[in-house]
Amino acid sequence: MIVELGHFALILACLLSFIQGTFPLYGALKNRGRLMSLSAPAAYGQFFFVAISFFALMYAFIVSDFSVVNVARNSHTLKPLLYKISATWGSHEGSILFWAFVLALYGAMVAYFGRRLPKSFHVTVLAVQAMVGFGFYLFLLLTSNPFERVFPFPMEGNGLNPLLQDPGLAFHPPLLYMGYVGLSVTFSFAVGALIEGRVDAAWARWVRPWTLLAWCFLTAGLSLGSWWAYYELGWGGWWFWDPVENAAFMPWLVATGLLHSAIVVEKRDTLKAWTILLAIIAFSFSLLGTFIVRSGVLTSVHAFATDPERGVFILAFLFLVIGGSLLLFAMRADRLQAGGLFAPVSRESMLVINNLLLSVAALVVLFGTLYPLLRDALTGDKITVGPPFFNMAFGFLMIPLLLVMGLGPSTNWKRADLVGLLGRLKFIMLAALFATIVIFYIADGGEIMAAVWLGLGLWLLLSTLFEWAERVKLFKPGSIARIFRQPRASMGMSFGHLGLAIAVIGISGTSYWNIEHQDIMRYGDSASIGGYEVTFRDTDGIVGPNYTAVKAIFDISRDGKAVTTLEPEARVYMTPPMPTTEAAILSTLSADLFVVIGEANNKEHTEWAVRLYYKPLQIWLWAGVAIMVLGGLISLSDRRFRMGAPTRGYK
Amino acid sequence: MNKFIPFAIFCAISSALYVGLSLNPSNIPSELINDPVPEFALSEVGSDIASFSSETIATEEDVIIMNFFASWCAPCYVEHPFLMELKNRGYKIYGVAYKDRARNITRFLEEQGNPYDHVGADENGRVGIEFGVYGMPETYIIKNGIIKYKHIGPILEMQFEDEFIPILESARR
Repeated sequence: MIVELGHFALILACLLSFIQGTFPLYGALKNRGRLMSLSAPAAYGQFFFVAISFFALMYAFIVSDFSVVNVARNSHTLKPLLYKISATWGSHEGSILFWAFVLALYGAMVAYFGRRLPKSFHVTVLAVQAMVGFGFYLFLLLTSNPFERVFPFPMEGNGLNPLLQDPGLAFHPPLLYMGYVGLSVTFSFAVGALIEGRVDAAWARWVRPWTLLAWCFLTAGLSLGSWWAYYELGWGGWWFWDPVENAAFMPWLVATGLLHSAIVVEKRDTLKAWTILLAIIAFSFSLLGTFIVRSGVLTSVHAFATDPERGVFILAFLFLVIGGSLLLFAMRADRLQAGGLFAPVSRESMLVINNLLLSVAALVVLFGTLYPLLRDALTGDKITVGPPFFNMAFGFLMIPLLLVMGLGPSTNWKRADLVGLLGRLKFIMLAALFATIVIFYIADGGEIMAAVWLGLGLWLLLSTLFEWAERVKLFKPGSIARIFRQPRASMGMSFGHLGLAIAVIGISGTSYWNIEHQDIMRYGDSASIGGYEVTFRDTDGIVGPNYTAVKAIFDISRDGKAVTTLEPEARVYMTPPMPTTEAAILSTLSADLFVVIGEANNKEHTEWAVRLYYKPLQIWLWAGVAIMVLGGLISLSDRRFRMGAPTRGYK
Repeated sequence: MNKFIPFAIFCAISSALYVGLSLNPSNIPSELINDPVPEFALSEVGSDIASFSSETIATEEDVIIMNFFASWCAPCYVEHPFLMELKNRGYKIYGVAYKDRARNITRFLEEQGNPYDHVGADENGRVGIEFGVYGMPETYIIKNGIIKYKHIGPILEMQFEDEFIPILESARR
């Protein structure tokens, strides 16, 4: 009954999205107030019904209603409650429903928080948002109905891929989707602006908080996924340039560019067409990501649901949404007159360089992701593009980006003095260089690229702190008060850049100074790695709620003193039957010690394959990303984005 | 800048994606096609009796199917009915129990039915390495000790009659 209610609510939401996408837009074009006033109530109603639909599906998962195909395929009575709930968005159908739910949530938020926007613009934005939603509802109802029943129904479900039964992954998709879909708002604003034919500082001010919000979610979602891969997949890596990772990374790169170019539109009334284009591209990458994950067009460890028919539907939808908006852009972009001029050396130029590098980086990732497919389509050759390509091409672009990032915030708007700027920052450069040499000396050498990345990270760290110190006039009277009176957007920028600097330092450590040790160990054997002494004490069989496992016990000591014991597990899940590894990690500020237990090497189970990893500065990466997200949130709280702030400059 | 460039790039990408949709990403060519099977010798699951080896396979006159499987592999359960169907149609199937314990294999075959003429135990996965196994299950069509065809992943309904059986029959000739 509740399942049918959910199905029915989904159909109602679909109809409401159609109404929201058409009549009010017509009203806006013909200036009919009554038609326009349909818009916001339709947005609220659509959200209400899709929410009912989503929670109805969640209910079916919680009570394990196996008469629903989707539940039978993806759940199991023995699964812990958290994973029953997270299975709601773990399956293909559920994840698309979740997408539609978040899209409607953002729609309702725009309807509410944007109620002070000029009426016709508000209506147009909501209509674009609803049209995208309509496509997703049709996709759900026609090809991927999560409420489909089966009879006779099975007594037990198939279970969920055990790799996905992890708290890190229960929350990773929702965060990522909040980010992906958040970009839809920016997209709707951009298309709305193209339809209305105007972009100005006020527009940039409305768009920025939505972009920031989406960016924070994307960053958090990406890093949570990366963290999950790090501790769950058990080979100590945290980024694999897998097509699905790339699919989430590309919108992040473009959204980061968009955050910066929107500042130029707001402050200097220029780069408008470019900013609009970025807004369209950012959401296009979100849709493309969905296409890649859901169509099976690329081979990926992440391809949880693959089905060519759905692929054709999504592709047609992509073509309408992205192709349509790009065509609209091509026809209307000339109307967006550029405002303020700027010199080659200026804050604007720095932000343009930032945008170019981020966009080219996104293109490089796109090319690397799609190249195997293109080759296959054209010549039939099967190849893979691996991390070496991405690391080299992407890394090459990040070097100038990090250099410019150190300079940018200290540069003046309109026109800046490059010689004076470099003069002010020369001590920072020397300090970064000196610190790199000292660290290299302590670490007893390393690869040259390690020094490059470490140096860039330190340069960014120090220059960001220097710019902040100059801005708050540190050590001069009243500086404490000034620290707290900074605009939140500036504070956010400092945190964001600082976070990236710390993450880059962490990446240089964990990528270039890591140590790996693989061995067959007997009980009582010891191995030393990164200054730790790792002793294999024993193994123990344990039984979990839906798995059995071998737990190994390792005593860790340093300089003869016991530090801790680590207990990695090798689990075998029952439904579906599948082995997984649970690494045990000792994290400290200087390095992670990462222990994985493999298979027994003999029949008596006294010899085991053991892998040990020593990953310097790994925690810096996670901390850096967390600081970046914090920066985004601080910036989001800036008073000029707060609701009710005057919206001057429009109409 | 020409404003139509982004649209043109997008058109190129989406047409490539459209072509890509009709390709099968798990269709990975094997270096082993038309080569003799790698050397190996397996003992029957749960015993020390010799099961089958590269030598015994080479003496087989008719086409045979060699199937890597495991009781811990979920797709193997999906594939199993098709193997039973192949047995019913009179094909000879050799199973390789990949990285699995004898107890689990016996239970798996008791529950699901046994389509195999022989089941060799590859407990440490060495034979799997020799064959370059990507993932479970994996199926080889072999004639006179020469590998004719390789299929990664479960043999599914849509491929069974249209793809798999014709290949088997053409290999037989």
